[in-house]
Amino acid sequence: MSTTTAVKPMTEHSAEEIERVKNWINSEEYKEKNFAREALVVNPAHACQPLGAQMVAHGFEGSLPFIHGSQGCASYFRSTFSRHFREPACATSDAMTEDGAVFGGQNNLFEGLENAYALYKPKVIPVFTTCMPEVIGDDLTAFIRNAKIKGHIPEELPTPYANTPSFNGTHIHGYDSMLKAMLEYLTEGHKKEGADNGKLNLIPGFDGNTGNLREYKRYFDAMGIDYTVLADISDVFDSVCDGTYRMYSGGTPLDAAADSINAKATISLMKYSTLNCMKWLEQNYSGKNNILPLPMGIRKTDEFLMALSEMFDKPIPAELKAERGRAVDAMTDAHQYIHGKKFAVAGDPDYLLGIVSFLLEMGAVPYHILCSRSNKKFKKEMEALLATSPLYGAQGTVYVNKDLWHMRSLCMTDPVDGIIGDTHCKWVARDAKIPLFRIGFPIMDRVNLHRTPVIGYNGAVSLLTGIVNKFLDTVDETCEDQWFEMMR
Amino acid sequence: MAEKKMRQIAIYGKGGIGKSTTTQNTVAGLAQLGKKVLIIGCDPKADSTRLILHAKAQETVMDKVRELGTVEDLELDDVLRVGYGGIKCVESGGPEPGVGCAGRGVITAINFCEEEGAYTPDLDFVFYDVLGDVVCGGFAMPIRENKAQEIYIVVSGEMMAMYAANNIAKGIVKYASSGSVRLAGLICNSRNTDREADLIEALAKRLGTQMIHFVPRDNQVQRAELRRMTVIEYSPEHPQAQEYRELARKIDENKMFVVPTPIEIEELEELLMEFGIMEADDETIVGVAESA
Repeated sequence: MSTTTAVKPMTEHSAEEIERVKNWINSEEYKEKNFAREALVVNPAHACQPLGAQMVAHGFEGSLPFIHGSQGCASYFRSTFSRHFREPACATSDAMTEDGAVFGGQNNLFEGLENAYALYKPKVIPVFTTCMPEVIGDDLTAFIRNAKIKGHIPEELPTPYANTPSFNGTHIHGYDSMLKAMLEYLTEGHKKEGADNGKLNLIPGFDGNTGNLREYKRYFDAMGIDYTVLADISDVFDSVCDGTYRMYSGGTPLDAAADSINAKATISLMKYSTLNCMKWLEQNYSGKNNILPLPMGIRKTDEFLMALSEMFDKPIPAELKAERGRAVDAMTDAHQYIHGKKFAVAGDPDYLLGIVSFLLEMGAVPYHILCSRSNKKFKKEMEALLATSPLYGAQGTVYVNKDLWHMRSLCMTDPVDGIIGDTHCKWVARDAKIPLFRIGFPIMDRVNLHRTPVIGYNGAVSLLTGIVNKFLDTVDETCEDQWFEMMR
Repeated sequence: MAEKKMRQIAIYGKGGIGKSTTTQNTVAGLAQLGKKVLIIGCDPKADSTRLILHAKAQETVMDKVRELGTVEDLELDDVLRVGYGGIKCVESGGPEPGVGCAGRGVITAINFCEEEGAYTPDLDFVFYDVLGDVVCGGFAMPIRENKAQEIYIVVSGEMMAMYAANNIAKGIVKYASSGSVRLAGLICNSRNTDREADLIEALAKRLGTQMIHFVPRDNQVQRAELRRMTVIEYSPEHPQAQEYRELARKIDENKMFVVPTPIEIEELEELLMEFGIMEADDETIVGVAESA
C-alpha cells in the first residue's frame, strides 16, 4: 500500500518574487524604511530585568534564586544560563497561573517559598519578579513579611527581594536592582564604626565571562590585596567536575558579603549595570567607592591596576608588568592584520566601551556601534571615546535603541570586515558573509568562550588572537589557489 | 427555518446607578416575552444575578478557580445556574479589593464561558452587567473582540451620572472604530431630579442616540429586592413591573444602533446649566480663601 502526502508549499509567492524581496531587503531603500520603523523590535541584543537579577542571585553562597512569576519566564532564564555556561542553573519559581493573575500571587509565594526551603535548604532566597506580578501590583514587601509571620519560612532566612519588571529596562537594570537589594539586606546591622576591614569589594557587573572574574582575583592575589567579589558567579557557573554533585557551588560567602560594608574600597567595573547600586553604596559604605571602566585593552587595564595600586598603596608586581610587555608585543606582531579593519559591534553599554577602546588601540575602526537599549548619556560617552581618535574613531557611528535587524541593514549597505557581539549576531554575520567574533552574553553556539578572559593584558591577547585568526581562517577558506600561502 | 441571531448586550453606567437591578428586571421582562437569556455578571462584587436566582451571592467563576487552583479543571455546570424564567446566570467574581487584578478575572471568566460552550445557539440574548468604573482593559472585555455589539448606558439626571455616561460613550467610540460595537440607547433610571426626562432626552440627542426608556423611581423595586426578586416576579401586576416589561419590549424591538458622538466637557456643562443642574462658574471666587 502506498500513500502520497501532499506537502503544503511554505509560501504562495513565486520563486522570482522571493528572489526579488531577498535582494530588496539588502538595499539602501529598505535600510531607510527599516530605520523609520517605530513599533517593532526585531532580534534585540538585550534580555529582560529578571535575567540580570538571577545572575546576581546565583552569585552568593548557598543561594536559591526565586522567581515570583510564571514558570515560562523562569525556564527562559534558566535555559539561557545553562546554554551559555553549559552548567545547571538552579533557580525556582512560584509558577503563577491564571488564578494568580486575578487574585494576586501571595499564595503562590507562600507555597513556593515553603517548598523551596524544605526541599533545597538554601542559606538565602533572593526573590525577584517577572511581568505578571508587576502589572497587577503584587506587594513583595508585604507578601514576604507575611510568609515569615505565617511560618512558611523561618524569620531568620535572608530573603532579599527586588522588583524587576521585564517590560522596563534590560537585564543590566535587573542586575543593578537585585545587587542593591542583596547588599542592603545582607549588610544590615553589620556596619562597624571606625577602622575599615582593609579589603576591596569588586563588583564585576553583568558579565557572563567567568574567566574575567578569575583574572581579577589573580590580579588581587598578585598585588596582595584582600578582596571580596560581590555576586561572584565564577565557581557557580564554572564549577569542578569531580564526581560529586553540589546543589550550591561557589558564590560570595554570606559573611564576606555582610562585612563588605566595612571595606576599605569598592570598585564597580560596569557603570551602566550598577548605577543605583553604586549610588546606594556611596551613601552607606564608608570606604572609597569607584566606578572604573571595564579593563579591556592596555589603557583601561593600566587604569584599573594603577587605581588599585593607589588605593591600597601597593606596587604593581613585576609579573603583571611582564604580562603587559608580552601583550604589547603580541599586539605589535599582529597589528597589520587588524589595522584599518572596520567592525560592527553590538552589546551592553559597558562591554561596548571596552571593545571600542581595545579596537582603537589596535588601529581598527569601530564603525557601526549598536546598543539595542540605552540612553543619550551612553551615546555621548561612546562618542567622546571615538573622538579621542580622529583617525579611527571618527569614522564610527553610535546607534542606541536599534536592534540587530537594523544592524543587518547597516552591514548590508555599508559592509564591515568583522562583527563583534553575542550569538544573536550570527544571522547578520551569515547573511552579510562577515566573520563574527563572539563576545558578551549569551554565547550559545561555541564552547568555553566564557572561560577565556577578555579583560586585562591576557584578555587583550586572547581577543586579538581570536579576531586575527578568524580573519586569517577566512582568507584561507575563501582565497583562490594562487593566493593560498604557507605563511600569513 | 432561519437561524436565530443571538444578541449580546452590555450594560454600563456610573457605579450605584442601578445597573444590576435594571438589568435583572429587564431580563425578567424578556423572559416573560419567551426569550432565552444568559446574564454574565462582570463585577467582583458578584451581585448581578441575585434577583434572578433568589440567592445571596452566586458562586462565581473565580471562586471556583480559587478553590481548584486552576481554570483548566473547571466545568460550566460548576458555575452556571438557572433561575426565574429559565434565565441562565454566570458571575465572573474576582479578588478582594486592593489585591490582584479584577479586570483579568473578567477576561478569564468570559474566555471560560466561551470555551465551555455557555453561548448555546438557543439563546436570544446575552447580557453583560459590568462594574461601573471601566478602569482597565479587563472591564472593556465585553465590548472587545466583537462580543457585545449593543451597549445601553444606565443614567439619571444627576451630574456625575451624566459625566460617566459621556465617558463611556468615549470608550465605545474607541472600540466602534475597530469593531461592530454600537451604542443602543440611554436607560434613564430616575432619581426624581428636575426635568430629568427632558435632560436625558437632550443628552441622548447630543450623543447621537435615544433615551430608550424612562424608568420611574418606585419603592416597589426595593420591596422586591428585599425578597431577592425582580418586581416582575414579585408583583407582576404592579405598574413598575409594566415599566420594565416596556423597557424589555423596546430593547427587543430596538433598531437604533449608533457610533456615539461624545461631547466635550464644556458642552456637557452648558447642557447642565441650560437645565439648571449647574450654575455658571464665577471665576472671580476661584482659589480665593474665605479670610482673604
